[in-house]
Amino acid sequence: MLKLDKISKIYKTGTFGGKLLPAVVDVSFDVGDGEIVSLIGESGSGKSTIGKMILDLITITSGKIIFNGVDISTLKRGTLKNYYRNVQGVFQDPFSSYNPISKADRIFRIIRQEFFPKVKESEWDEKINSSLRDVGLNPDQVLNKFPHQLSGGQLQRFLIARALLLDIKFLVADEIISMLDASTRVDVLNLLVELKSRGLSILFITHDLSLGYYISERAIILYRGCVVEMGSTQKIYYNPLHPYTKMLMASVPRLDRKWGEIEVELKAEHLENTRGCGYYDRCPVVDRAGSCFKNRPPLVEVEHDHFVACSHYKEEKPL
Amino acid sequence: MIEQMNIKKSEKIDKIPIIKPKKINEFLYFAFRNNRVRVGLGVVLFFLLLTFIGPLLTHYKWDAYIGPFSVPPSSLYWMGTTSYGQDVFTQFVLGLKATFLVGVIGGGLGTFIGVMVGFIAGYRGGMVDEGLNMITNIVLVIPTFAILLIIAAYLKVRGIFVESLFIGFTAWPWAARAVRAQTFSLRSRDFVDMARMSGMKPLKIIFTEIAPNMMSYLLMTFILQFGGAILIAATLDFIGLGPTNAISLGLMMNYAVLSGALIYRAWWWFVPPGFAIMAIVGSLYIMNVGLDEVFNPKLREM
Amino acid sequence: MSLEVKNLRVYYQTLRGDVKALDGVTFNIKDGEIMGLAGESGCGKTTLGHSLVRLIHPMKFIEGSVRLDDEELPIWDMNKMNKYRFSKISIIPQYAMNAMNPTRKIGKMTSELLGSRGVNYKNTLTELNRRLDLVKLTQDVLNMYPIELSGGMKQRMVLVLSTLMNPSLLIADEITSALDVSTQKAVSEMLVEFRNRKYVKSMIVITHDISILYQIADSILIMYAGKLAEKASTEIIIHSPKHPYTKLLISSLPKVGVRYSEKKLVGIPGNTPLLLNPPIGCRFRDRCPVAFDKCVEEPPFIEIEKDHFVACWKELGENA
Repeated sequence: MLKLDKISKIYKTGTFGGKLLPAVVDVSFDVGDGEIVSLIGESGSGKSTIGKMILDLITITSGKIIFNGVDISTLKRGTLKNYYRNVQGVFQDPFSSYNPISKADRIFRIIRQEFFPKVKESEWDEKINSSLRDVGLNPDQVLNKFPHQLSGGQLQRFLIARALLLDIKFLVADEIISMLDASTRVDVLNLLVELKSRGLSILFITHDLSLGYYISERAIILYRGCVVEMGSTQKIYYNPLHPYTKMLMASVPRLDRKWGEIEVELKAEHLENTRGCGYYDRCPVVDRAGSCFKNRPPLVEVEHDHFVACSHYKEEKPL
Repeated sequence: MIEQMNIKKSEKIDKIPIIKPKKINEFLYFAFRNNRVRVGLGVVLFFLLLTFIGPLLTHYKWDAYIGPFSVPPSSLYWMGTTSYGQDVFTQFVLGLKATFLVGVIGGGLGTFIGVMVGFIAGYRGGMVDEGLNMITNIVLVIPTFAILLIIAAYLKVRGIFVESLFIGFTAWPWAARAVRAQTFSLRSRDFVDMARMSGMKPLKIIFTEIAPNMMSYLLMTFILQFGGAILIAATLDFIGLGPTNAISLGLMMNYAVLSGALIYRAWWWFVPPGFAIMAIVGSLYIMNVGLDEVFNPKLREM
Repeated sequence: MSLEVKNLRVYYQTLRGDVKALDGVTFNIKDGEIMGLAGESGCGKTTLGHSLVRLIHPMKFIEGSVRLDDEELPIWDMNKMNKYRFSKISIIPQYAMNAMNPTRKIGKMTSELLGSRGVNYKNTLTELNRRLDLVKLTQDVLNMYPIELSGGMKQRMVLVLSTLMNPSLLIADEITSALDVSTQKAVSEMLVEFRNRKYVKSMIVITHDISILYQIADSILIMYAGKLAEKASTEIIIHSPKHPYTKLLISSLPKVGVRYSEKKLVGIPGNTPLLLNPPIGCRFRDRCPVAFDKCVEEPPFIEIEKDHFVACWKELGENA
């Protein structure tokens, strides 16, 4: 359904735009129909940037994003609006997604004005009620309220209901539960899986590995704007091959085992060498003078549905 | 049927949740309790009232010679007479009207242009922003004085309206800068992205999502432009570049000085208009400070 | 006993009345214990942390006593607390790393901080450098401005500063939430290291992320809606909790190795009660799957076995 082909986003910084800041570099992956794919990365990995490029909120520097065969950079006013009937997004902070001056329902009114101007009042009300019930909200409890009168979980579900009104095929969920309480997170997560079983494809952007494992069949691990490992969630989690993925797995605080005695190199602020591998400065199996410094390693399929971008993944340094 | 309707009504009433007082009410509540707003607004309203009532109390024309020269205020001539025997009170109230007109038209025009430029530059960014920035900077550094002299040379007869237009077209850059900065910061908020994903046109997003969150800023920008326009007009009038066929507070002071009222100590001709300008503009600025406290709850004295 | 808190009540003053954020809290912390304080938003954990150090408006002290090292802390009096703050009890507030003055070099800021407590900067320089090494910061950092440091570096700097005078109790409020996974691990382990080296005697680590507590805390205190729900050693809280809220909370956490298709996790239905007019009796009553009629009476926070406290009638049934 959605295909990213060598997508890059490079920001120009410095006076007169002299310096280049690569946020996303040559990322390619695809999401099929009715599939949840987790895009996992920490801060600075470029995951939110990718999400915004898919939603056409940020321009693409190079590469193509193709949705159902159409290159989205070719979309203009009318066709762009059509695109939004199929693709929508929900962001991290539930409270900042609402205009503070008006009630939460306004987001539904806007959808009606822009996409369904001819629909009758009663029919529209029925549509809203059924969308709200689909996301597990009681219409009587949540309609006609200001955002500050609803909880974070309710607000996020409200936004999902808005997307459902449009009958979308693809949802970009950018850290949608990280600002919610632990007890409500799970409900929103489960909702996403239910929606998937009804045919919705979701790109689930997160920094939390356990969430990615819980809801998606496929995962993509991002580091400093590049894909370092990609493939079936099962294979990545039980057999991580890229040194960064291994480090992630070892550092994530888990409830079933304690942290091991691992020396972890902390991330430097700026990467000196932009041509080589992004993990160069922290990698335990890095080849200082050779390939790791000169080239970004390509993504290679090492087993079915398991790709790694590392020249030395086979070498085992005891972790 | 009626029973059904009655039941529905009472259901609705039961369901109305206790909502916090709406934002506008909250604003008015705090605004009218703030001392600065009260004082500032009071002074401005006083002069405004004078503008309406004053002309009803006098039957003279401002430039008619109605009495003896340079008479100090008395029961016959409430504010005395000018060196030419005109009634100062008539000049004063009509001058007030002109001053307010310049403030509204000049200030309003300046606000409008500045706000539009600021919104578009702030929302669009990129090349549009660069271009508008350049225009803003050019207008800012144009030597308005020189242009005024040229205009004065070409237009022998000019009225209040032309003066207001001139002020409006040259004073907007400050408003544009301020609005642009605010728009920039609001534009990156999530709810603007949500509006974009709803397919809204950019202009609609600016007016329905961004502007309402800046209402306080826009109001204060207008007040500053209003006061600023009055000051600029007064200065222009005073140095002789003002309207040729009208009277304003600045013009009163101009005529007073030119005809030697300073030497003759005819204070009743130039002190009242000067004082009035100071009072009006000063009160506007005080009101602005008070409004800033109202809008920015952190500054409020709890 | 390092810290003894008895019946602490702290409310927030608002235009609409008092929000009963902390309503009668009693617990103890031993010397050398790292206690995790966990709960969801609105449970009162940040209020508890802050009221021990800096009880300012709009917080209002109602009643209660706090004893640190057998000395009563006058938490209701900001001036009297001055001599305890930073030297006996210290806090790393939630956004500390972003609160550093951007126009001051780190070294200057440190010397000003120490000077305000009557400590000579030069005398502590050697110890300061030693600690900077411990947290893997170079000594050059004293000459840098905050903007030159990354988030992790700033957090480690704040950690060093807050513990410079070897306080008896350190309160760390959500210090790892904004950090990367690898930095989280490093900073959390540093906390433990500081305790091991006796730079700090005991700690209260406030966080919503229970898995971090599992890694570093000796005991965990679970709060709900301004009251204590359960306190026990980390092992017991994670693997055999007794309070219904704790049980539901632990089981709603996604774990690596558990998939939706294998085992669907369940959240806790409903919302936390508003604390303007909290419900009478047990505050978890409305959402509790095992609530019964006794729950309209507030359950006491009682030790059901050594070092294991619970506030639940169901559990106290046998011992009541």
